[in-house]
Amino acid sequence: MKKQKMNKKTIGRILRDLKHYRILLLLSLFFAAVSVALTLYVPLLTGDAIDLMLGKGLVNWDGVVIIAIQIGGCTLITALCQWLMSVLNNRITYGMVRKLRRDAFEKLQKLPLSYLDSHSVGEIVSRMMSDVDQFTDGLLMGFAQFFTGILTILGTLVIMLTIKPSIALVVILVTPLSLFVAAFIAKKTYSMFRLQSETRAEQTAMIDEYVGNHKVVLAFGREDEAQEEFNEINRRLGKCALRATFFSSITNPSTRFVNNLVYAGVALTGAMMCIGGGGFTVGGLSVFLTYANQYTKPFNEISGVLTELQNAIACASRLFELMDEPNLVPDAEDARELESADGFVAMKDVAFSYTPSQDLIRGLNLTVHPGQRIALVGPTGCGKTTVINLLMRFYDVNDGAIFVSGTDIRDITRASLRANWGMVLQDTWLRAATVRENICMAKPDATEEEMIAAAKAAHAHSFIKRLPKGYDTVLGENGGDLSQGQKQLLCIARVMLNLPPMLILDEATSSIDTRMELKIQKAFSTMMQGRTSFIVAHRLSTIETADVILVMRDGKIIEQGDHATLLANQGFYHHLYNSQFES
Amino acid sequence: MKKLLIYLKPYTKETVISPFFKLLEAIFDLLVPLVVKQIIDVGIANRDKPYILGMCAILILFAIIGLTCSLIAQYFAAKAAVGFSTELRRDLFSHIQSFSYAQTDRIGTSTLITRMTADVNQVQSAVNLTLRLFLRSPIIVLGSMIMAFAVSPRNAWIFVLVIPLLSVVVFSIMIKSIPLYKKAQQSLDKVTSVTRENLTGARVIRAFRKEQEEIDRFTVANNEHHAIQNFVARISALMNPLTLILVNMGVILILLFGAKDVQIGRLSQGEVVALTNYMAQILVELVKFANTIFTVNKALACANRIESVLETPLGMESDPTLATETGDSSIAVEFQNVGMTYSKDAEASLTGIQFQAPRGSTFGIIGSTGSGKTSLVNLIPRFYDATEGRVLVNGRDVRGYETEPLRQKIAVVPQKAVLFRGTIRSNLLWGNENASDEELWEALEAAQAKDFVLQKEGGLDAPVSQNGRNFSGGQRQRLTIARALVRKAEILILDDSSSALDYATDAALRQAIKALPYQPTVFLISQRTSSLQHADQILVLEDGEQVGLGTHDALLKSCEVYREIYESQFRKGGEQA
Repeated sequence: MKKQKMNKKTIGRILRDLKHYRILLLLSLFFAAVSVALTLYVPLLTGDAIDLMLGKGLVNWDGVVIIAIQIGGCTLITALCQWLMSVLNNRITYGMVRKLRRDAFEKLQKLPLSYLDSHSVGEIVSRMMSDVDQFTDGLLMGFAQFFTGILTILGTLVIMLTIKPSIALVVILVTPLSLFVAAFIAKKTYSMFRLQSETRAEQTAMIDEYVGNHKVVLAFGREDEAQEEFNEINRRLGKCALRATFFSSITNPSTRFVNNLVYAGVALTGAMMCIGGGGFTVGGLSVFLTYANQYTKPFNEISGVLTELQNAIACASRLFELMDEPNLVPDAEDARELESADGFVAMKDVAFSYTPSQDLIRGLNLTVHPGQRIALVGPTGCGKTTVINLLMRFYDVNDGAIFVSGTDIRDITRASLRANWGMVLQDTWLRAATVRENICMAKPDATEEEMIAAAKAAHAHSFIKRLPKGYDTVLGENGGDLSQGQKQLLCIARVMLNLPPMLILDEATSSIDTRMELKIQKAFSTMMQGRTSFIVAHRLSTIETADVILVMRDGKIIEQGDHATLLANQGFYHHLYNSQFES
Repeated sequence: MKKLLIYLKPYTKETVISPFFKLLEAIFDLLVPLVVKQIIDVGIANRDKPYILGMCAILILFAIIGLTCSLIAQYFAAKAAVGFSTELRRDLFSHIQSFSYAQTDRIGTSTLITRMTADVNQVQSAVNLTLRLFLRSPIIVLGSMIMAFAVSPRNAWIFVLVIPLLSVVVFSIMIKSIPLYKKAQQSLDKVTSVTRENLTGARVIRAFRKEQEEIDRFTVANNEHHAIQNFVARISALMNPLTLILVNMGVILILLFGAKDVQIGRLSQGEVVALTNYMAQILVELVKFANTIFTVNKALACANRIESVLETPLGMESDPTLATETGDSSIAVEFQNVGMTYSKDAEASLTGIQFQAPRGSTFGIIGSTGSGKTSLVNLIPRFYDATEGRVLVNGRDVRGYETEPLRQKIAVVPQKAVLFRGTIRSNLLWGNENASDEELWEALEAAQAKDFVLQKEGGLDAPVSQNGRNFSGGQRQRLTIARALVRKAEILILDDSSSALDYATDAALRQAIKALPYQPTVFLISQRTSSLQHADQILVLEDGEQVGLGTHDALLKSCEVYREIYESQFRKGGEQA
């Protein structure tokens, strides 16, 4: 029930979206109708022509010529209509694809980070790519087929009934049989297809696991066991794939068989009527036979279209789900631009949690004077990025407020707030573009000298020079072949180029080697000169010289103070500090 | 493609039977207009009711035979196609299983996975389609022409004219559009990668306020894809109208020339009907044939990719001439001036490595990321071959061992902690198929994993999901250590295996390994000097070169790089709590 309601809602929404294309759609339907009508009319003309050539000396030549001209005219018009119809349909379909993708992409820029953090990249990408494709394909192409199919069936029936109701009856009586066969096979194959796709998924998971971790398999010499397990699944897949493939491929022969029975029936009754008089002609018979031949084809197509439409609706609802996610809270209407921050940062009674059931930060108070350094300390995964999220306003506080230059950051536009923060994360992100484009991200109009100066200050100039094309080297996706340390230096250069008054820095953990770390360290201290800085700190020297240390554990800030005070407190920080040196 | 055809060989019978029955079916299809012609020219003309009845019975008989032939053909086609792909997948998996590390590196695991799944499926449907349609469609097209000759040789020239014209239209549209479809796919990939990049960099993009610029970038890619897609669709849209015009032109010609012949008594009414029927059949089949070629063409690309995997020669053979002990067999592992390069044009990853690790000793390796630590230990079980010098295990060149016995001597704990779907027990048994429960628990205890396994419901039989996702990083790491310990191997290699463990656990683990009763030779890779301090020897690597070898104390005095690392860590705090 609920699902049906959802479907209805989705369909309504789809129709609304299609409004934009109303005229094109109507035109497309019109051309479809014309081409179906004419396609059905041509066999009639052919039949008439045949009736004009009864035998030796009995040919009405002028009549045949006239009909030939008519067939030619109909053909040209039909061809034109068919072509226009496909062009229109493509236009609508691809136009919708383009618009939906663009809308979805714009939506991504407006979604709160909480959404992006809680959904995998692959999932969002698949909604934007394959779901959009399947939706538009299934909907519009399916609709076009459905429409022409129905028209063809109705048209055929009407014509047959007008020419000779009694023969038409033969056709109509056999129709349910054809439908029944198609439905029966579809039902049978559905369960087989499910079994096949389940087994296939199981096998893919195994391939994923064993081929993905091939090195471990080799290290333990488990090749034979893996092969055995694989063979077992593979055999099962082979069995159910055979059934699914075979049963799905008997639809066509079966309906064709029914069709052939109809054909024989029409031939019999038609021929008898020709003999029996009553004005039924050989031409009429040939018309009927042509129709009988194409009559059941649309039935096959329609049953296929129905499953496709269902799939399209499912894809559409997944896409709409994304589009319906609430946007992030817009900037307040009277939000002002923060020109240049003076470096004062304050947190007042800040409370925050990602999920209501688990509160992380509560009653956090902190005053930071211009130029001070705040170190965030704690074990990996303790939630140091939470603080960054709040300062940059990637997430909003639940309670209390954060002030920059004395103003609540919710009263400042996000853009101007973020312009005043320079951010270097350990989780580096670079664009698949040239080194130059990456460094100049914050200031696209920077001069060559400015850029090189920034790179030098970030200790990145020397390795950039050694890249194949220097500053014009195109980086692969997410930095390509650069080492982790090199990527971080580039990110530093990016901030260096247009150094804001406040900084958020993420120190490297042990995964970066010592020498690279020294360079990064040096670059960091150049940046921090006279700037308010929040540092996710791993190095003792950074921590010891910080003005305030925030000690975090399990997402919460548990201690706060300078090095000496915290040590004297004998708390978690004390334990943290000593654990490095116990033996 | 040739190599893949071997997989159809066990199905020779099926691959012959299926098209043969398709052919039969086609022949009966071709005969139908002739029967109708007889009904018109004989039955109706002579008002012969029994004759008509008989002919209609023949039509029904044809329908039954057609159905039977077709079902037989479909069945054997499905059997051949599915059997083909099942065996192909099996061999692919087995082939990939025997790849060396170097080969896996070069081809890439994600590529291999696509080859084994999506590509094989594509080829399977193409085989199925080919067996069913590749023969049928041309037969119907040519058959119609032949039948036209049989019905009326004087008018068959119309078919001779129309069929080539139709073929030209259908195939030129296809030839034009296939590369365009490829281009459309590439432009779609571009749209995908812009989206992906935008999502992975959401924080940075917002921090730099680049949202609008990103939208512009996306719009460019999106529009480009749209343009190509529209263009290729407009070309394909020509197919139906053009073929329709040609076929109806044929019908018009048949009517006009037919009328003339009927007038002079050279052709009957029924024969004209038969000719128009044959013309109509051609249209349907030619379009089907074009679609088949389209699918087959796509599948050929897949087949070539699969083939290139199968053609990758298997890497390592043992060399019997080296199967003798030439070195000191009391030395568990010896490197003699070893160098290693991953591929021809890459820089050397290791150069001039020289050391001896006596049996039962602990050997530490330290160095920054990318300095070659993992490359070095990978040479011991011969995951890679040294490109220079020799690696000896128990005094024998590793190339002189058969792979199996060599790797039995060695247990590895890889850097990436990976478990496989099954249970804790099934994972631990990887180390040694015949280990008793008692031995498993011993290993778990030494690996500091006993406590949390005991807490798990089911203990040893607790389920492990794919890639061990239902365990935390630290738990996974300890289980992989236990898995290696179960093997009780002569040589134990721990490749930075305690990175997810806290200091105390790490220390307890090292204690437990030292106390192992069978006293393995232990290779310990680490970035922390504190983990290696007590090793018998420590090798210091920098950029693939050996810059120091000795004990902790000796290295502190003699090796500058080691001292630098030590001091940088001594001055660092906080993280490893």
